[in-house]
Amino acid sequence: MIRELGPNDIVYLLEAARWTIALALIAMVAGGVLGLVVAVLRIVAFAPANWLAIGYINLVQGTPLLGQLFIFFFGLPLFGIQVGAWEAAALALSINASAFLGEIWRGSLQSVSPRQWEAGAALGLNYWQRLTSVILPQAVRISIAPTVGYLMQLVKDTSLTALIGFIELTRASQILSAATFKPLQVYGLAAIAYFVICFSLSRLSQHLEKRTHAAR
Amino acid sequence: MNYNFRFNALAPYTGEILRGIGLTLQLTCLTMAIALVVGLFVALARMSDNRLLSGAAATYVEAIRNTPLLVQLFIVFFGLPSIGIRLDAYTAAVIGLSINVGAYAGEILRAGIQSIRPSQVEAGRALGMTAGQTFRSVVLFPAVKAIYPALASQFVLLLLATSVVSSLGAGELFHQAAFIDSRTYRSFEAYALITLTYLILTLGFRALFALVYWLVFVRRSRA
Amino acid sequence: MPLVEITDIHKSFGLVEVLKGVSLTLEKGEIAAVIGRSGSGKSTMLRCVNGLERVQSGRIVVDGLEVTAPATDLNVLRQRVGMVFQSYNLFPHLNVERNVMLALRKVRRMADAEARDIARAMVAKVGLADKLAAYPDELSGGQQQRVAIARSLAMQPTIMLFDEITSALDPELVGEVLKVLEELAREGMTMMLVTHEMNFAKNVADRVIFMHQGNVHEDGPARETLLEPRTPELGSFLSAVLH
Repeated sequence: MIRELGPNDIVYLLEAARWTIALALIAMVAGGVLGLVVAVLRIVAFAPANWLAIGYINLVQGTPLLGQLFIFFFGLPLFGIQVGAWEAAALALSINASAFLGEIWRGSLQSVSPRQWEAGAALGLNYWQRLTSVILPQAVRISIAPTVGYLMQLVKDTSLTALIGFIELTRASQILSAATFKPLQVYGLAAIAYFVICFSLSRLSQHLEKRTHAAR
Repeated sequence: MNYNFRFNALAPYTGEILRGIGLTLQLTCLTMAIALVVGLFVALARMSDNRLLSGAAATYVEAIRNTPLLVQLFIVFFGLPSIGIRLDAYTAAVIGLSINVGAYAGEILRAGIQSIRPSQVEAGRALGMTAGQTFRSVVLFPAVKAIYPALASQFVLLLLATSVVSSLGAGELFHQAAFIDSRTYRSFEAYALITLTYLILTLGFRALFALVYWLVFVRRSRA
Repeated sequence: MPLVEITDIHKSFGLVEVLKGVSLTLEKGEIAAVIGRSGSGKSTMLRCVNGLERVQSGRIVVDGLEVTAPATDLNVLRQRVGMVFQSYNLFPHLNVERNVMLALRKVRRMADAEARDIARAMVAKVGLADKLAAYPDELSGGQQQRVAIARSLAMQPTIMLFDEITSALDPELVGEVLKVLEELAREGMTMMLVTHEMNFAKNVADRVIFMHQGNVHEDGPARETLLEPRTPELGSFLSAVLH
């Protein structure tokens, strides 16, 4: 039965958007923790650890996220781990995020001038003090814009989980579009919802950058 | 684990996979070419003194960058017919991807154009080079060198992003995974094989782009 | 006993030997200007003194601590040896006061109030009391370099090392930094400075050490050595930099 697009439908889309945000946040947190490990493995002075991290990053960044989603969705049950679309989506996105965040943070850390390490050393700060008081505060500031930029990417990436059947904003739009036969309006509304989320994030990033003072 | 992996069940579908690879490469190259043209117009419009023109270009770029490709494709393929524009899956894919990548390419090209320093042009002319020589050696060459890495990685991102158009049924590589899955019921093997095929393609293109960079920019500047 | 005792140090970067058996001593209260062409090893020698560079062989003792012994805690040594760099290297995320306080709080484990008092006194000493709240990117090169000096002085070092600290400055900003050094000289601070400022070397330093191809080529009282060089190498170096 074809029906009109009403206020209830907009509520339905907004409720689905909560899952988009939840999924992005979970991937950000889990991917962030794993990403720290990736960044550390990538820079420690131990070649096999570097190779492992580089291989992992290439594998994740060299394959489509859509493929990763399907592999976890169909693959985990074969190992006796029963997962729904939700778990497969959260896992695939977290893995994906860890590779990207790991690279962003490694780059931020390495873009702090080696002279800052030296200046800290010349004052008698030990390695840990140099890292925490001199290098990390600068690296964190450098990483804000690319990290929030990646979070925007992550919000957009969650749309692909619709294709393994997870009901978030895009999947909800597909369902609504099929029920109302108003694809242009429904997908238009979904696009506006994504825009609001992503645009707020980019504003947040500019605000954070202004608040943490530092040159470069 | 009791499951027997049977990748050899996919062997009869080699032809489909090869056809998918061909279509994916075709889609990627065609889109990249259109996106570069779109991007050039966007870059010039954004730098224009006409506020209406630069505002429109900025709005386009922001609209694209803040929404997912999948939704953009759905609007083009499922949305446009309701205002009388009907496209087949492949055309919708090319148009949707070009609109998407055009915005990103526009930003890359803008950075490239802005990297050109007028003082370099003056220096070139002062050395007695003709306008054409100056343009080639101090404008075009350094600008292309500056944006080449970003464009190369954009190409690889596009190659991966074409997988998304499988949701329209465009017949490219990722779509073949769904097809093989439906015939063999070997879902995991099908998607794993196709995903690894993308890995081979992206690693291949990265190596190719690095080689071209070395041949064109590194070796030439040494000679 | 001399404050700094360097004995036959050798240092290579890859295949290039930069220091080829340098030996020298510095007494407490002495001011030595180290001069020489770029690549002569003068900066490398200075950086060996506080262990920023490790030597391949030879021995360096500073204030009774053997820098070259593997067991020596370099962080303890560096509390007694101040160093100022050509590129200032202030911490861009901290304001002037916090830049000076950092090592006092972390290394000397002072309370904030105590560290702040010392920081303010040191910053006032270099003439920047009105810039305590400013961030490095809001200061001129000369001002940044004076803060860097204050940051080192706050640790009450027994010797100060200066590595071409005026080389990155615009000519009109050199004077304000040299004035701070003259003030330190009057107070009797032991100093070793790599510099291209020959007039400053002549008027303020006690000694000039001329380095040439990885060795100390000439070493003597500042005025005498600069006015009447004994070796042709120093002579041609001086005529190149003075004209």
